[in-house]
Amino acid sequence: MTQGLDQIFVTFQHWAVAHSPAAVQPAVSIVLPVAGILILFPSLFAITTVLERKGLARIQNRYGPNRVGPYGWLQPVADAVKSLTKEDIVPRTADKLVHFLAPVLLVTVVFLEYAVIPVGRNMVLADMNSGVLFFFAAGAATEMSVFMAGWSSRNKYSLLGAMRAVAQMISYEAPLILSSIAVVMAAGSLSTVTIVEKQAGYSGFWPHWYVLTPWGLAGFVLFAIAMTAESNRSPFDLPEGESEIIAGYFTEYSGFKFALFFLGEYLEMFAVSGMAVTLFLGGWAAPFSFLTWIPSWIWFLGKVMTLIAVFIWVRGTLPRLRMDQLMNFAWKFMLPMTLMVIFSAGLWKFLPSGVLRWLICAAPIALLYVVLGRVLQSERRIEKRVYRYAE
Amino acid sequence: MSAVADRIVELTGDAGSGQLLEISMGPHHPSTHGVFRMNVELEGERVMKLKPVFGYLHRNHEKIAENASYLAAMPYTDRLDYMCSMTNNWAYALSVEKLAGIAVPERAEYARVIVAELTRLQNHASLIGFLMQDMGASGTPLMYAFREREKILDLFEQLSGARMMCNYMRFGGVRVDPSPEWLFEVRALVGRFPRFLDEFQQLLMENEILMSRTQGVGVLPRELAVNAGITGPMLRASGVNYDIRKVDGYGIYGRFEFRVPLGEHGDVYDRYMMRVLEMRESVKILEQALKGIPEGPVMDPKARLRGLRPKAGEAYGRIESPKGELGFYLISNGTHEPYRYRVRPPSMINLTVLEDMCLGRSVADIVVTLGSVDIVLGEVDR
Amino acid sequence: MLGEGIVKGLAETARNFFGSYVEKDRLTTVQFPEERLPQAEAARVFPFLVYDTDDMEKGLRCVACKICEVECPPRCITIEKSTEKKPDFTGKPQFYPEKFEIDVSVCMSCQICVEVCPFEAIKMDTAFELSTDDRFGGLRWEKERLAKPNEYYRQIHPMEAAEVDEQLAEKKAKAEEKHAPAAATAEGAATR
Repeated sequence: MTQGLDQIFVTFQHWAVAHSPAAVQPAVSIVLPVAGILILFPSLFAITTVLERKGLARIQNRYGPNRVGPYGWLQPVADAVKSLTKEDIVPRTADKLVHFLAPVLLVTVVFLEYAVIPVGRNMVLADMNSGVLFFFAAGAATEMSVFMAGWSSRNKYSLLGAMRAVAQMISYEAPLILSSIAVVMAAGSLSTVTIVEKQAGYSGFWPHWYVLTPWGLAGFVLFAIAMTAESNRSPFDLPEGESEIIAGYFTEYSGFKFALFFLGEYLEMFAVSGMAVTLFLGGWAAPFSFLTWIPSWIWFLGKVMTLIAVFIWVRGTLPRLRMDQLMNFAWKFMLPMTLMVIFSAGLWKFLPSGVLRWLICAAPIALLYVVLGRVLQSERRIEKRVYRYAE
Repeated sequence: MSAVADRIVELTGDAGSGQLLEISMGPHHPSTHGVFRMNVELEGERVMKLKPVFGYLHRNHEKIAENASYLAAMPYTDRLDYMCSMTNNWAYALSVEKLAGIAVPERAEYARVIVAELTRLQNHASLIGFLMQDMGASGTPLMYAFREREKILDLFEQLSGARMMCNYMRFGGVRVDPSPEWLFEVRALVGRFPRFLDEFQQLLMENEILMSRTQGVGVLPRELAVNAGITGPMLRASGVNYDIRKVDGYGIYGRFEFRVPLGEHGDVYDRYMMRVLEMRESVKILEQALKGIPEGPVMDPKARLRGLRPKAGEAYGRIESPKGELGFYLISNGTHEPYRYRVRPPSMINLTVLEDMCLGRSVADIVVTLGSVDIVLGEVDR
Repeated sequence: MLGEGIVKGLAETARNFFGSYVEKDRLTTVQFPEERLPQAEAARVFPFLVYDTDDMEKGLRCVACKICEVECPPRCITIEKSTEKKPDFTGKPQFYPEKFEIDVSVCMSCQICVEVCPFEAIKMDTAFELSTDDRFGGLRWEKERLAKPNEYYRQIHPMEAAEVDEQLAEKKAKAEEKHAPAAATAEGAATR
C-alpha cells in the first residue's frame, strides 16, 4: 500500500502513456512530468507567499493577512488578480525588447533547473549523468536576466542595483559550487539520482545523510548561506531592498512583469533548496528507518518547506549586510571554509569509520572557523564594548 | 568650502574626476524619517558632498506663538517633536515659569519627572526600532519597540486624554492630578520594562551584522561635537559628560540617583548603546519617583489660567529632551503675547554635522548615520 | 565566537513566534471594527455643548461669554451673542449664543476651551468615527449639532460629570443662600 502511494505518480504516468496512441507516446511521457512540475512549484510559490507574510507577522507580534479566505489563505488569488490588472508601465527611453525579455528569461531558466531534482523515488524528469553541473549552469544564467533588467530600465538606481546584484551573485557562486563538490566527491558521481541513492541507506535506524558528517554539516551551512545570497534574500538583499535605491533592478517593472520576477526569485529559492535537500539532507529518504512507510515525495516536500521556513525565520531577524561586507564575507570567509570542507571530505573517505574519524574530520573545520572569525573581527575592529559612566 | 575640497583630495588622491554622480535622496523616501531631503554627490559609492535640505514641514510655529497668548502656545509645542510631547511642554512651561517667577508644587514636579521619563523610554525604544528598520531588519525590532510604546501611550491617554498631543503641563504645575490607579499602572509597567529591555538587547546587541554595520560608521570627533553645539545622546557618545539633568538640575532631578553613560568612539554603535543604557537609567529614575511622590495639589490654587502677563524681561529655559537640549527663549514686553519666542531645536542643530560624519563613506552608511542622529522633522522645521 | 549574536537573535524571534500563539502579550492586535478597545475615560476628541433638562434652548449652559473663542489657539470657535436675554430653565434671564459654530477641521483637540469656560458649558466628546464627504461645510458644526444633554455627558465621562454636577450644585446652594434672606423677605416663594 505504501509502495503504491509512494509510486502513485509514476504509475499514473505509465498508465497514461500506455493508453495513448503510439505516435504521441514519447510526447505524453515527457509532457506529464513537465506539467506536474509546472503545477506543483507555482502552487508552492502561492502557498509560500502567504506563509511568509503570516510567519513574519507572527514573529513581529501581529496577524498576517487574514481577511481573504479562511485565515487569509486565499491571499495569493487576490495578489494574482492585482498583478494581472495593473497597468504595465515601460519607461519611454527603455530598451523595450530587453525589458520584456528579462523576466521571461528568468522564469524559463529557473524552470530548467527543476529537471534534475529528484522529487521522489524514480521521480526525476531527466536522469542526467551530470545533473549537478547542469543545475549550476542553469543557475548562473539567472544572473544575466538580473543584469538585463537593470540595464534596460535606463535608470541610475536600477543600474546601481543590477551591478551590485551581479557582483553579489557571482561572488557567492564560488562557495555554492565548491561546497557541492565535497558531496560529489563523497558520492562519486555528478548525477543527482545517484547522490540520493547513496544517502538512502540506514545503519541501524540512523540515516546515511551527508549532513550528519562533520564536513556535510559545515558544507550544508555554507551552502545555505550561499543559497540565501544567490536568491537575494535577507540578509543579502542589498541589491533589491536597500533603502536608497528603492527596489533596485526591478524598480521600473510593474504589474505582471513584477509578478514574474517575484515568481522567478521564489522558484529559484525552491530549486536551490531542493538541491540542498538532494545533496545534503538525503533527498526523498526518510530520516529514520521506521518512517519509510511515508511516501518519498512527502518527505522531499517536507524538507524543502522546512528550509523555506528557516529562510523566513532568518529574514525576520537579521538586518542587511552592506555591499563591501558581503563581498568580504564571501571571499575571505566562505571560500577558505569551503576549501577546508573539501579537504575534510577527502579525509573522511580514507579514514576507517568510527568516532575518531568524526573528530579528526571536524577538527580542521572548527579550527579554521575560529581563526577566521578572530581575524575578520579584529581586522575590522568589531568588538564587544564596555561602557563607562560619568562620575 | 576649501576644507571640503581638501577632504576630497585626501579621500580620492586627485581633485576629483569631475564626474560626480548627484542624487537627491528626496523628500519622498522610505528612510528619511519624514520630509527631509539630502543632495548627495557620489564618486562611485563614496560620498563627496552632502547637503541637507529641510523646511518641507515648516509651520510657522514661532510666529503663531508670537501672535497668541502664552497659554495658547502650549498645544502648539506638543507638535514640535511630535513623538515627545510631554518634554516639549515641560521646556516651555519651564521658560515661562522662569520669565514670570512662578513656583511649582512638589507633587507636580514629581508628576512631570514621571511623564518625562516615560517619554524618554518610548522615544529611545522607537528610535532603536527605526534604526533597525533602516538597516533592513524587516521591521521586527520596530514592532517590539512599538508594542511597548503603545502601552506607554495608553498611560498618557488615561492621564491627559490624548495619546500623543498631551497638552499636559501648565505654568505652575500640571493640568491633571495623577490618580492612584494611574500610578499603580505606571508601577506595573516600570516593573515589566527591564524584561523587555533584556529581550531587546538579546535580539540586537551582539548581532554581528549590526556590529559590523554600525561600529566605525559615522564617527563624530569630540572637538567637533562640542564646537558644533551638539547635545544629547550624540554628545555623550563622543565622550563629553554633559547631561542637563545633572548640570542644571532643573525640577527635582537633583534628588534622584542615576548615572550618565559615556561612549568613546562616537560612532553609530555608541549612540545606539547610549540610548539603551539611558533607558535603563530612566527606569531607575521612574522607580525612585514613584516611590517618593507626595500628596498635595498639582497647581497653585491661586494661579489663574488665563491672562498671564509676565513683566518685561527675557528668559531661557532648557531641558534634556530625549533628543538633546530643547530650549525656549522668551522675551516679554509686558503684554499677554510674547514679544519674541524662539525654540532651540536639538534635531536641527544635531543635523548640521551630518556632512562631516558621512564624507568618504558609502551611501548605505548615510542612511544608518541619519538614523542615529535621531531627527524628527516637526522639530527641525518647526 | 562569530555567529553567536546571530544565534541569540534567532532564538529571540523563535520565542516570539511560538509565544504569539500562546500569550496574549505577544499578539496585541485588536481587529477593529469587530473588536474594540474600551476608550479611556479622559479621552478627548472634539468639543460639545452641554444642556441640562430636555430643552436644548432653555437648558443650554452656555451664556456666550466668548472666553473660549478668545482663548482657542487655532481660533476655530465662532460665537454670536444674542442681543437680548431669555429665561433659562431656572427662570433666570441669560444671554445665549445666537450662533455657536466650531470648525472641526481646524480644532486641535487641545481642551483649552473646556478649561477656561467658567460655566461648565463646553466639554470634550469621545466619538471619533466622524468622517463626512461634504467638503464645504460638513465639518463646520452648528449649535444644534453640538448641543448634547447632560445624561450623555454622564455616560461618556462618568467621574468627570459627577464632579461637575457636584460643583454646580454647590455653586447653586451658595447662590441660593445669598439670595434666600432677600427672597424670604421679598416674596416668600421658593425658586426650586
